[in-house]
Amino acid sequence: MTHRNDCDVLILGGGNAALCAALTARRAGVSVMLIESAPIAYRGGNSRHTRNMRTMHEGPLPPLTDAYPEEEYWQDLLKVTGGLTQEPLARMAIRGTVSHVPWMIENGVRFQAPLTGTLHLSRTNAFFLGGGKALVNAYFRAAESLGVDIHYETEVVDLLWEGNACVGVVVAKGGSQREIRAKSVVPATGGFESNLEWLREAWGPVADNFLIRGTPYNRGVVLKRLLEAGAEQVSDPTQGHYVAIDARAPKFDGGIVTRVDAVTLGIVVNARGERFYDEGEDFWPKRYAIWGRLIANQTGQVGYSIIDSKAIGRFMPPVYPPEKAHTLAELAVKLGLDAAALERTVAGFNAAVRPGTFDHTVFDDCRTEGLDPPKTHWARAIDTPPFYGYPLRPGLTFTYLGVKVDERARLIMKDGKPAANVFPAGEIMAGNILGKGYLAGIGMAIGTTFGRIAGEEAARHARC
Amino acid sequence: MRVAERPSLEELVAEAQRVLAICNACRYCEGYCAVFPALQRRLEFTDRDVHYLANLCHNCGACLHACQYAPPHEFQLNFPGTLARVRARTYEHYAWPAPLGRLYRQNGVTVALALVVGLALILGVMGWQNSPGAFFAAHPLEKGSFYAVMSHGTMVALFGTVSVFVLLAFLMSFLGFWRGLGERPADVIQGGPVAHAAHDAFTLKYLDGGGEGCYSEGAAPSNMRRLLHHLTFYGFLLCFAATSVATVYHYALARPAPYPFLSVPVLLGTLGGIGLIIGPVGLMWLRRNRNPDLGDASQRSMDVGFLALLLLTSASGLALLGLRESAAMGGLLALHLGTVMALFLTMPYGKFAHALYRMAALVRYHVERRRPALSTGAE
Repeated sequence: MTHRNDCDVLILGGGNAALCAALTARRAGVSVMLIESAPIAYRGGNSRHTRNMRTMHEGPLPPLTDAYPEEEYWQDLLKVTGGLTQEPLARMAIRGTVSHVPWMIENGVRFQAPLTGTLHLSRTNAFFLGGGKALVNAYFRAAESLGVDIHYETEVVDLLWEGNACVGVVVAKGGSQREIRAKSVVPATGGFESNLEWLREAWGPVADNFLIRGTPYNRGVVLKRLLEAGAEQVSDPTQGHYVAIDARAPKFDGGIVTRVDAVTLGIVVNARGERFYDEGEDFWPKRYAIWGRLIANQTGQVGYSIIDSKAIGRFMPPVYPPEKAHTLAELAVKLGLDAAALERTVAGFNAAVRPGTFDHTVFDDCRTEGLDPPKTHWARAIDTPPFYGYPLRPGLTFTYLGVKVDERARLIMKDGKPAANVFPAGEIMAGNILGKGYLAGIGMAIGTTFGRIAGEEAARHARC
Repeated sequence: MRVAERPSLEELVAEAQRVLAICNACRYCEGYCAVFPALQRRLEFTDRDVHYLANLCHNCGACLHACQYAPPHEFQLNFPGTLARVRARTYEHYAWPAPLGRLYRQNGVTVALALVVGLALILGVMGWQNSPGAFFAAHPLEKGSFYAVMSHGTMVALFGTVSVFVLLAFLMSFLGFWRGLGERPADVIQGGPVAHAAHDAFTLKYLDGGGEGCYSEGAAPSNMRRLLHHLTFYGFLLCFAATSVATVYHYALARPAPYPFLSVPVLLGTLGGIGLIIGPVGLMWLRRNRNPDLGDASQRSMDVGFLALLLLTSASGLALLGLRESAAMGGLLALHLGTVMALFLTMPYGKFAHALYRMAALVRYHVERRRPALSTGAE
C-alpha cells in the first residue's frame, strides 16, 4: 500500500542542526516540514543555551581575529577526545565551518564583533550576537519566510519503516496521534540528557544527583527508536558534557549561569571535607568539562569549592551567592560539612603551599609540595577571611551516545549499510566526532556542518 | 479611599538586582548595547547603579527576545521590563521640587491639567489684553497678525518665565541623579564623554538592538521605532530652531513675525511640524502593537500623554500657519500657545525627562568606559 507523502523532507527537532537542514532543503526547492516537541518559548533544543561556534579560519574573518587553521583545530579535538573521534567526519565538520559564517549571516544570524567579548575566545570561536536563542529565532524567522511547515509541541513517538527506509513517523500532539509521511527524514532531536530513567540505566542511582543543565525536551525518543531499528551505535550512554555547576541550580534548563568559576582559585573538597583532584592543573576553560565527572565519582555526587577573600573579584560572578563565614568551621557548618575535617584539609593544604608569585593569567609558580593530590598552579593559602563556599554538582548539558553516520550524513545500520533516506544531524550523531571530552563551540560546528549536509542529501533523495 | 497596589522604588530595585545578578553570570547579550558592558564592570549593584543602568537602557527589547531565562523559564527574567519599571520610578524619585514627583503617578491627569492651565492662562491674558472683537477678527499679516491678539512682550514674559523654571528643575534633577554616582567633575570634562554621549543620543545608537533594530511592531526587529523617534526628536529640534531664528530676526534684524511661507523660520517650523505629526502618531501606533512585556504597563498614560501633547502642538501650529489670515487665528493661536505652555510645564514632570536621565546615563557610561574592566578570567 502506498501513502501520500505529507512533505518531501521531514525534519525531526527544532535546534540548530534541524534548522540548518530545514533551510538547506527548502532552498533546494523541496517541501519541508519541521516537528518541534517544545512550545515556541522553549524551541531550539540545547541551541538555546549555546553561545558560539568553533570556527576554523586561515586569516582574520569578520567575527574572528588572527587565524585558527584546520590542523590546530584537529589537534585540539584529538586531545580532548583522546582519539575517540573519526578523522574524516571530524575534518568535514572543521572544514565546513569556513563556509558557515557567511551562510549563517545570509540566514539572519548576527555575530558579535571580536575583542568586545569578555570571554577571550574570539580567535577560535565566533560569538552569536545575543547567543543561541537569538540564532534560533533568526533561523525560525528565515524558515517561516521560506515556507517551511513548522509544528510546535509535537512529539515524535515512533518511526515507520519499510525495509531500510523510514517512510514516516507517528507524532503525538495534545493527546492525539497521527502519522506523517515523507520521502526523506532528518532526525535532529538531540541526545537523551533529560531522560532521567535512561541516565539511571547508564549510571545507576548516582544519576539521580545529576542536574540537567540543558533543555528538558531532549528525551531521546528518536535516538532510542533508531537504535531499536538497528542503527549502529556510537559512543556510550555515560559520555556527555558534564560540568561542575552550582548545586542549587534548577533540575533542568539552568544553562550557562549555573557555572562556578572559582575552582582554580581555591580548593575543592568532597562530602568528607577532603580534596580529590588538582584544582590548578590547567586554566579553567580547559578544565571545567572534566569536573562534572570528577564530582559524579564522589560520594553523594557533591563537591564544595572553597575560597577566601583574596579570590573575590577574580572570577566570573556566579548566579547564586556563596555561603560566607568568618571562620572555616562556621563555613563548614553552613555547607553541611564536618568542621574538623575541613579545617584539617585546609591546614594541610596551607602548610604545603610553596611561596611564589601569584598570576591567574599564566601558569604561575604557586604550587603545593608533598601534598596528594597536589595543586600545581595558583595555590595560595586559604587564610584570609571571610571564607566562601559554593556547593557543586555534576551538570549535564548533552549526551554523546548517538547513531553512526557516513560522510553524506546517511544513517549507518548495524550491517554497515546506509539506510535509504535517513540523515541524522546534530547531537544525535555528534558522538561520531566527539566520543568523549569537550571542546567549546564544537557542538555548533558539528550541528551546522551536518545539518546542512543532511538537508542537502535529504532534498536530493526526495527529488529522485 | 482606594489605595493602588504600587511597588516601591526599593522593591523594584530589589527585583532589578536579582535580574542583574543573573545577567552578569550569563553575559550573552553583551553585544547589544551599553547596559551589558556597564553591568559587567560590577560584581554587586547598589541602588544608584540600578538607577543608572535603568536609564542607560533604551528599551529596544533585543535582549528579552534572546534571553534563555525569559518567562516561562523559572528564573522569570525580563530585563527590559524590569528596568522600564525602575526607570519610570526614577523620574518621580529625582523630580524637583520633590513633592511634584507625585505628578508622575497619574501622568495622563497631569498632562490634561497642564493643558487646562495652559489654555486658561493664554486665554485669560488674551482676554485681558483684547476686546472679544479683536480675538474673533481676521487680521492682515502686514499688521502683525499674532501680535494683534497677544503682544510679543507678553509672550516672551510668559514663556521666558516658564523656561527658566524648567531649566532650573532639570538642573536640580540632574544634580540629584548625578550625585552619588561618584564621578569627579574632571572625569566628565576630560576625554569628551559628553561628545560621545551626544553622538549616541543624536543617532539613537542604542535603539538599534546591536545592528538589527528594535523589537516593536512585529516578531522581527526593525528600525521603525528609531526612525519615528528621529522624526519626533528632530521635528522638535526644527521647531525649536524656527523659534530661535525668529528671535534673532525679531531682535537683531528688527523683523517681527509673521514671516512668509518661504522664510527660514516658517520652513523650519513647517518641516519640524510635519515630523512632529508623523513621529508621535507612528510612536502611538507602535506602542499599541508592541509586546507589552517589553515595557511598563503603568507608563501608558505618561507615554501617550506626552505624544498627544507633541501632536497637538504640531497640529495646532500647522493649522495656525495655514489659517493665520482668517478669523480663526485668535482661537488657533490660543490653542497653540496653550498647548506649548502645557508642554513646557510638564517637561520636568512627564516623559520628556527621559532625555535628561538618558543623556546623563550615557555620559556616565562614557566616563566609565575609559577605566579598566574587572579581570574575572576567561570562560
